[in-house]
Amino acid sequence: MIRLENLRKRYGKVEALRGVSLHVGEGELFSYLGPNGSGKTTTIKILTGLAVASSGDAWLHGFHIGKEGVQAKRQCGLVTQNINLDNELSVGENLHLHGKLFQMARKDRVRRIDELLEYIEMTDRVGSPVKSLSGGMKRRVMIARALMHSPRILFLDEPTAGLDPAIRRRIWSLVKSIQKSGTTIFLTTHYIEEAEFLADRVAFLEKGEIVALDTPQNLMEAIGAWALDEVADGGMQTFYFRDREEANKHITTHAGGFSLRRVNLEDVFISLTGKKVI
Amino acid sequence: MSGMLAIYQREMLILRKRFFRQLAAIAVSPLLYLIAFGLGMGKNLKVGGHSYLEFLIPGLVAMNSMTQAFAMSSEINIARFYWHIFEEFQAAPIRNLSYVSGEVLAGITRALISVVVILVIAALSGVVLSYNIYFWLAVTLNAFVFSSLAVALAMLVKSHSDQALLSNFFITPMAFLGGTFFPVDSMPEWARYILHFLPLTHACKAIRAAAFGQRPVYSSFILLAVLGAVLFVLAFKCVNRARE
Repeated sequence: MIRLENLRKRYGKVEALRGVSLHVGEGELFSYLGPNGSGKTTTIKILTGLAVASSGDAWLHGFHIGKEGVQAKRQCGLVTQNINLDNELSVGENLHLHGKLFQMARKDRVRRIDELLEYIEMTDRVGSPVKSLSGGMKRRVMIARALMHSPRILFLDEPTAGLDPAIRRRIWSLVKSIQKSGTTIFLTTHYIEEAEFLADRVAFLEKGEIVALDTPQNLMEAIGAWALDEVADGGMQTFYFRDREEANKHITTHAGGFSLRRVNLEDVFISLTGKKVI
Repeated sequence: MSGMLAIYQREMLILRKRFFRQLAAIAVSPLLYLIAFGLGMGKNLKVGGHSYLEFLIPGLVAMNSMTQAFAMSSEINIARFYWHIFEEFQAAPIRNLSYVSGEVLAGITRALISVVVILVIAALSGVVLSYNIYFWLAVTLNAFVFSSLAVALAMLVKSHSDQALLSNFFITPMAFLGGTFFPVDSMPEWARYILHFLPLTHACKAIRAAAFGQRPVYSSFILLAVLGAVLFVLAFKCVNRARE
């Protein structure tokens, strides 16, 4: 469904992507995880036509993004990191314009807008100006807009950035239901729990390179099941254990303050790169 | 075609939302020029057998259609750098030609609206000239030139702050030197030679001749059409440069 081969992007002297290759299957929810500036948004920009790759190839549902750009764009919907709705227009007008850009007939647009506003629970807001909506509502409208033309692939670039936890969870359940309808989802995030909760597979990106790619479960099991944070000499060190007994044994044989918890994807990233995701 | 219409429709929807604000903004500068130059000087001053007010109206039509068409660059920059709506267009399956055509057409529409506003103000001031087919053709070509220039430059600038520079370098000098307020023929020869290269000089000539019911200035029509076509192609070529 999505295929990248040795994708590279250079901005002047800075190499933002250094030969990224991956494959995302149909109906999969794939998450791209990494700190700011690791190349997550650059990848999405290249795949959706907002940026041009310096070298390498990519295909969306079999269409090459460079040679068959228009067909490739028809396959995907994009929710950008920035809210890019027309603030002066209403929710309905924003959705109509998107439908027109994707050559949808008027009656199809009207039907789809009704469906989508019901889906995001905003049927009463069709005539509301976008500027009157809250941040969470704007995000939901952006998701609805990206789904207007029924894309096979949905790109979500940090879709919950800056939202409060309750609204974030609401967006997660919306994303899950979109995946259930058969849409392939490519999600970038720097929220660990978001990737853990949503993703079928996760790729860790660090300085434009994929440093790990697998299911969240496999990635976490590779370093252990339990993480023990030990606070000593003003610093913190984390140890990983296969089972809880091993961790308890460590606590009884060492002096210091300990905190025992389940391993998460942040631990995976730290063990791979020595850095935190955020 | 539907891509072009979507782009055009978006600009028109925005224009409709701000219609009365926009009308006031369009009307204020020609109104000030009419009061300051036209009514202040117009009663006693004659230019080429016409009152100064009659001379001024076609100049204001040329100048305002230029500024309103060129204002598209500002609209595009706001959509690009502030609202990020340009990303929505870039991600849509539309050709660059559709995008440029939609924006240029919107610029021409804005220019034509601004001309109607001036003609209403002129009529209220007691000036009614000949608004024939050549008049509207010259106005449309002038708007085509500056709308295409606006799209091309909007694609080339790297930030919103560059916008003011564009107006300072391209529009303000032309507004004052292109024959809006005085006949270019009364300038020294060397100045006439330089001003001959400004598109607004030709727009003023063509619009003024049409408004006075004189023989059409075909050379100015041809020049504006060719320049407009060149700038349209330039705008089309520049769209890809706006991608990262």
